[in-house]
Amino acid sequence: MKKFLASTVAASALALMLGMTSVRAEDAIDPNAKQGGAITITYKDDVATLDPAIGYDWQNWSMIKSLFDGLMDYEPGTTNLKPDLAESYEISPDGKTFTFKLRHGVKFHNGREMTADDVKYSLDRVTNPKTQSPGAGFFGSIKGYDDVAAGKAESLSGVTVVDPYTVKFELTRPDATFLHVMAINFAHVVPKEEVEKYGADFGKHPVGTGAFKLAEWTLGQRIVFERNADYWHKGLPHLDKITFEIGQEPIVALLRLQKGEIDVPGDGIPPAKFQEVMADPEQKARVVEGGQLHTGYVTMNTTMAPFDNVKVRQAVNMAINKARVIQIINGRAVPANQPLPPSMPGYDKEYKGYPYDVAKAKALLAEAGHPDGFDTQLFAMNTDPNPRIAQAIQQDLAAIGIKASIQSLAQANVIAAGGDKAGAPMIWSGGMAWIADFPDPSNFYGPILGCAGAVPGGWNWSWYCNKDLDAKAAEADSVVDPAKAGERDKMWSAIYDKVMEDAPWAPVFNEQRFTMKSARMGGADNLYVDPVHIPINYDNVYVKDVQ
Amino acid sequence: MIAYLGRRLIQSLLILLGVSLITFALLYLLPADPVRQIAGRSATPQTVENIRQQLGLDQPFIVQYWRYLTKLISGDLGRSYIQRSEVTELIVSRLPASLLLMVGAILCELLLGLSMGLIAAVRRGTATDQTLMVASFVGVSAPQFVVGLLLLYVFAVRLSWFPIGGYGTWRHLVLPSLTMGILGAGWYARMMRSSMIDVLRQDYVRTARAKGLARRAILFRHALPNAILPVIAMIGIDIGIFMGGIVVVESVFGWPGIGQLAWQAIQRVDIPIIMGVTLVSAFAIVLGNLLADVIAPFIDPRIKLR
Repeated sequence: MKKFLASTVAASALALMLGMTSVRAEDAIDPNAKQGGAITITYKDDVATLDPAIGYDWQNWSMIKSLFDGLMDYEPGTTNLKPDLAESYEISPDGKTFTFKLRHGVKFHNGREMTADDVKYSLDRVTNPKTQSPGAGFFGSIKGYDDVAAGKAESLSGVTVVDPYTVKFELTRPDATFLHVMAINFAHVVPKEEVEKYGADFGKHPVGTGAFKLAEWTLGQRIVFERNADYWHKGLPHLDKITFEIGQEPIVALLRLQKGEIDVPGDGIPPAKFQEVMADPEQKARVVEGGQLHTGYVTMNTTMAPFDNVKVRQAVNMAINKARVIQIINGRAVPANQPLPPSMPGYDKEYKGYPYDVAKAKALLAEAGHPDGFDTQLFAMNTDPNPRIAQAIQQDLAAIGIKASIQSLAQANVIAAGGDKAGAPMIWSGGMAWIADFPDPSNFYGPILGCAGAVPGGWNWSWYCNKDLDAKAAEADSVVDPAKAGERDKMWSAIYDKVMEDAPWAPVFNEQRFTMKSARMGGADNLYVDPVHIPINYDNVYVKDVQ
Repeated sequence: MIAYLGRRLIQSLLILLGVSLITFALLYLLPADPVRQIAGRSATPQTVENIRQQLGLDQPFIVQYWRYLTKLISGDLGRSYIQRSEVTELIVSRLPASLLLMVGAILCELLLGLSMGLIAAVRRGTATDQTLMVASFVGVSAPQFVVGLLLLYVFAVRLSWFPIGGYGTWRHLVLPSLTMGILGAGWYARMMRSSMIDVLRQDYVRTARAKGLARRAILFRHALPNAILPVIAMIGIDIGIFMGGIVVVESVFGWPGIGQLAWQAIQRVDIPIIMGVTLVSAFAIVLGNLLADVIAPFIDPRIKLR
């Protein structure tokens, strides 16, 4: 965390000297990395699509990052932004115009050079309602977005091709998160001719500018990536081939890893086997642990009695024994006291949160007029370990007199209940919890704590809407100057501290990530718990057993 | 015969229509909103409504069902909400794997079940008979998930005789087939045993014995063909049981069939796939039953078509 802040400040200082222009420095390539070799990765669920405008799940997120590129990316294994397909960028003093200079000679897998027209086309496509992109909303600050989203225009008026290597974005408001938005998968650049050729099946025939290209896709069985020899980033990727085997239960994947048949079980170590793996020094040595931009929380519907009383919500915050909940998941998390996870900029290290204090919680309930507690419902997703976590929370609540019956349902049903104003008094977020789309504090606010998310079908399951905080959030996001990033983070800390005062959530824990790999895999540990390339950074890892 | 077939075909179509209506209605009533799943967490309410309109999910139930039916008649099962591919393509690409597994399972259950039943019938009342019948009972009652993991652990992890899950060679096929087959083998062992005991009591068997024929000849040439026929006729009905089993077994072994597809689709409320797999399964079951009924009289002349 400290390291991250320091580097941000340094980068910001540099940006300031250049008059808010940032020029990319070439990434250092790991000098120990070996070229060549093939690895095998398993996943349980099908890969739905490899279309960057549509893919939004655990398996395909990082695959898409290896097939496509965006204007921006992050330094491998970190949350530090860097230009990618862009060579440099310039932000206007009012923070509403972003101009990107593209690097020359970048080629799509079909051999054609990528230009500014492709950037514009890709953004027009992702925001077009016909594309049905789950990420369209990220581009809401671009001028002309509303017309495209409403189907009134085919093209974003705020995106201009200045020349083949320059593209200009005009925004309706200063947006400090815009560089992050240009780094998410939905903003990746696609070639028009290939999209038109394959139509709705482009996701099965992806063509990008990325480090790997698709070599084979046998539906439901196997996806094979092979090295893009023309990749613009010289020296990458290290691997010649990656085979993704689909449909493998995590427990079977672990057995195969132990026998040396695979290199990374993409779904991680199955909970039931976690202690066994960690107790074996030989296996434990191949486990990499890292933080992730995730918070697990209990939402309380602030529009439903008795949770419309802040004292009741605070009482719940004090009643939950977080340490015990973490035991249930074999200690694979750290206790949370605020919405932001510790590795996110803007996390308030000074903030202590609500203590675990049953007596105080009871007193608060009494003050709220419920000395004997009340009956309510706690919704949770029905896959392990969530029902067990819900039970632990249920017991903790019972200790202060709140009798919560557990509604254990399929994910989609819990999401539906949360998006219905009268649907769910309390929800344990496990299995559906917020994992940040990009490493910026604003990403934990808008859809899940802001007024915009407190609508039918929204993700603000607390239905918490504080207009004052919304205004503060908008103010923080208008601080575009990278030199003031520290100031902006402080503004966000203050917003989340206020949220905690109103206590629409009881934050419970921040999950840690544990990736296991075969002994032959090489590369820095942080590539295996990359905060952005989830679960691992395919472009930068290598194998040690090639010549 | 023709009239019978015609009647049965119409019945079968009505059943399929009923299945499609009930499944469609159940999925329609599901509190989960597929549009929200497609639209994702960052979508504005406007985006959600746009997508709903494009998919026609803003229409009343009867309109949606009618549209589905008219497309279905031309063989179009729609596009998956999550995978965005043609459902037909997804099912067709996975069907061979499921059929292969089914063939393997039928072989396993016949081989295991018939031989167990035969031995039990011949050794009726002995300890062997009792052991086999207890074993068949265990086979019928053991959850397939447990059987699958147990077989995987013993034969793949410990003994390394077979690969740990996956698809491709005959060695990949053995354990999942066995897992599926053990359930059926239990039933077949019991049916085979009673059928065989029944046949062994028949006059012609007594006559053969009186003629002084060898025990082996009586069993295999005279008794077995007659005892086995009614049992074989059950295979068609098995398809229904298999359709349920493949969801579990394919998931355990990472077998890329339609069971795995269905399981994933259910978890993600991918309605077009759930509908598609349900209809294909219902079709297979109806077809299996129809075949079993039509073939039965040829195998066993005591049965007549009416």
